[in-house]
Amino acid sequence: MEYIHMVYAVFAPLIFAIIIPFLSRIKHKVHTGWLILPVPLLIFIYFLQFVGSDFETARQTIDWIPSLNIALDFYLDGLSLLFALLISGIGTLVVLYSIYYLNKEEQLGHFYTYLYIFMSSMLGVVLSDNVFVLYTFWEFTSLSSFLLIGYWHYREKSRYGALKSMLITVLGGFSLLGGVILLTIETGTTSIRGMIEQADLIVNSDYFLFILIFLLLGAFTKSAQFPFHIWLPDAMEAPTPVSAYLHSATMVKAGIYLMARFSPIFSEVPLFFIILSIFGLVTLAWASYMAVRQTDLKGILAFSTISQLGMIMAMLGFGTSYAVFAAVFHILNHATFKGSLFMVAGIVDHETGSRDIRKLGGLMTFMPISATLAIFGTFSMAGVPLPFLNGFYSKEMFFESALDLGGYSGSFIESLITVIPIIAVVGSIFTFVYSMYLFFGTFRGEYKESELPKKPHEAPFMMLVPPMLLVIGVMVIGLFPNMFNQALITHSADAVYGDEVAKDIKFWHGWDSPAFQMSLIVVAAGILLYLTKNKWHHIYRVIPGRFNFNRVYDWMVEKIESVSNRITTAYMTGSLRLYMILILTAIITITAGAILISDGFNFEVQDLAPITAPEVIVASIMAIAAIGTTVARNRIAAILILGVVGYGLAILFVMYSAPDLALTQLIIETVTVVLFLLCFYHLPNLTTNNNSIVHKGTNVLVSIGYGVLMLVIGVTAYNSRFADTISNFFMENTYELGGGHNAVNVILVDFRGIDTLFEVAVLFGAALGIFAMIKLRQDKGAK
Amino acid sequence: MEIIMIVLASILFTTGVYNLLQKQFLRIIIGTALISHGAHLFILTMGKLKRGAPPVEDYGVSNYADPLPQALILTSIVISFGVTSFLLVLAYRTYKLNNTDNMEKLRGLNNE
Repeated sequence: MEYIHMVYAVFAPLIFAIIIPFLSRIKHKVHTGWLILPVPLLIFIYFLQFVGSDFETARQTIDWIPSLNIALDFYLDGLSLLFALLISGIGTLVVLYSIYYLNKEEQLGHFYTYLYIFMSSMLGVVLSDNVFVLYTFWEFTSLSSFLLIGYWHYREKSRYGALKSMLITVLGGFSLLGGVILLTIETGTTSIRGMIEQADLIVNSDYFLFILIFLLLGAFTKSAQFPFHIWLPDAMEAPTPVSAYLHSATMVKAGIYLMARFSPIFSEVPLFFIILSIFGLVTLAWASYMAVRQTDLKGILAFSTISQLGMIMAMLGFGTSYAVFAAVFHILNHATFKGSLFMVAGIVDHETGSRDIRKLGGLMTFMPISATLAIFGTFSMAGVPLPFLNGFYSKEMFFESALDLGGYSGSFIESLITVIPIIAVVGSIFTFVYSMYLFFGTFRGEYKESELPKKPHEAPFMMLVPPMLLVIGVMVIGLFPNMFNQALITHSADAVYGDEVAKDIKFWHGWDSPAFQMSLIVVAAGILLYLTKNKWHHIYRVIPGRFNFNRVYDWMVEKIESVSNRITTAYMTGSLRLYMILILTAIITITAGAILISDGFNFEVQDLAPITAPEVIVASIMAIAAIGTTVARNRIAAILILGVVGYGLAILFVMYSAPDLALTQLIIETVTVVLFLLCFYHLPNLTTNNNSIVHKGTNVLVSIGYGVLMLVIGVTAYNSRFADTISNFFMENTYELGGGHNAVNVILVDFRGIDTLFEVAVLFGAALGIFAMIKLRQDKGAK
Repeated sequence: MEIIMIVLASILFTTGVYNLLQKQFLRIIIGTALISHGAHLFILTMGKLKRGAPPVEDYGVSNYADPLPQALILTSIVISFGVTSFLLVLAYRTYKLNNTDNMEKLRGLNNE
């Protein structure tokens, strides 16, 4: 195709996100939202030009990291186009709505910056063909969603909700990365197109199960599927435009998108069908059941979103041509009515000051336009069989596809197939109940003036425009369901199904159509349940009762923190003795283990010097003195005994032909003993070791272990010489090259002079340190 | 003879480590001193013992002790002396400031 400027479309909001902080400085003159409203509108118009029955896919590639085969590879097919239109279209409406929702006193710069980062990344997710680029944008949506949920960061619940959504979606994001990496390894390409072409290879690979689970985890966390749905209700702390945009129309559908995108690979796999259908239906039923229990308008809508996402996910799992078409159709429908409902809920909140459905009621007289909009939204959501509501069609198609499953064998799958329509109906009944509850609870019934903080009144007209446009969308699709078929929806469904899907949406199925009968059952049972709601409402005390997935989450977060804290405090006690024991034990085990494994011990008696009496005597005295230091009770005795060891060593140096060493050792030992005596004068006497037996035992064990280890190493090393000494060179060249006769001294100052230089530096440093320690006293006054 | 010296060095290591694991600062410094003695002896032993005259060139002598380990030990002695003296003054200051030389009590602050 000619017009390939997708990269501008994707990055335009991001570029504007950089400019917005400067634009928002123009305060009190014009709302920042007006200045940037054209951006999503232009993107919407740009994508609109692709719509048409002669649709062709388009592609644009820009190198990013060629060495890793990562490119900004934007690929537009029907599915991407549908999502791109939703993102930019609803984005435009949400920006318009937010202009009236947020007043100029708010930090608008922050809001629109986050929102536009989100818009860019969402467009990136749906348009990327490169899995790593997709992952990058994916994480950006998590990040910007986190920022938007925590927009009112001075509220504790906002911070809690933001953190929760971050933890859960990033968990899924990492697992998606794992899946993506495995896919890349398996197929050798980073392109989704390329992967779909190698579907057989992936399905038959050893990693297939991991790939599937990783991708599912990513999609389920993002799209709030059971049991990862818990972050979405808490994300309702975000400003309502955000809830309408991210948490109903776009971001939560990223997981759906991912599944739809990869379904050409997985659709033949029974496991994919099983997992997606089960989780989708459980999500549908559980969330619609829980929605009736909520008292917050946005809480109801959040659970309703979860439930509708479950329905779409289940249809993707069904994987039949009809179900895929229905899923894609419902993505569009859900975005229209749910977006409008969120906006109406925001208007109610804005104009009455409360979102609590127990305080609301009888608002129809005050807010007729909002109420009218809400009627269409809620009735469409409930799937009321009226031919101008798009929700009705998708619900019927859902039932029809639930009834028309097959092509799989196996007793489990067969029994699953029989259960699916029943769960679908049950979930839809509760959908009907909460939809009615939402509308009638808010707009009909008794008006409770005393409970509301504000006197309710209709919203400004411009605030009503965005939900109005969405409701018009609901009705247009409702009245002319086949209008977008050729131009848009079939292309999307083709992309998901991987084959031609040509379907017409029927207005009327006839009374004997089972799907229609199911719809009637839903309506009848729904009305009955809604009217008797107060009678059976106490069932929530039994199911779920006190059980709550939020508690599981809180418990896990709290446990992870406390357990890791406990582990850390268990060994980071601040006791040096313990650290030493740990270090030494590690040395002993690792070294001894290495010796044992490699069979390295080598005891031979060869090339040894003869044993003579004087040295043995000196050595014995030293040994006794060394042992003496450990038992000495008297500090002066301990110091003097240590001196005996030092002088003994000096004598050994004499015996072993090392005059320089003996000299140095004598002097140093003397100075050290003097220093010890100087310090001992100031230090308290040695106390008796009133340690427990265990303490002492460990000390003895570790020290003996270390000594034995060194003995083994010494003996082995001595007997394992592989090369001759290089000292002959030093002895021969001491005079020729060094100009001296004393080889040790020549080595120190000539051959290896650098050592000496830094040894001098060490002494200098020690001296400076000692001086500083004694002279500089800043705390507690000089002593 | 080397075996005996290695045994002696091991005894020095053992007692040094044992002292190192005690509570009192002074004992810990004694432990480090013993360990450095052991290490010096170890280095010397590894370079073979009693193989000739001191490594000072002299007329008519052909067998010398290995000068390289000696040079290494000399460096090491000086460095361990520097560290030991620093530690001693540190012990002195610690005791003056905290009125204890018990390492179990010198654990720093909880919120570190």
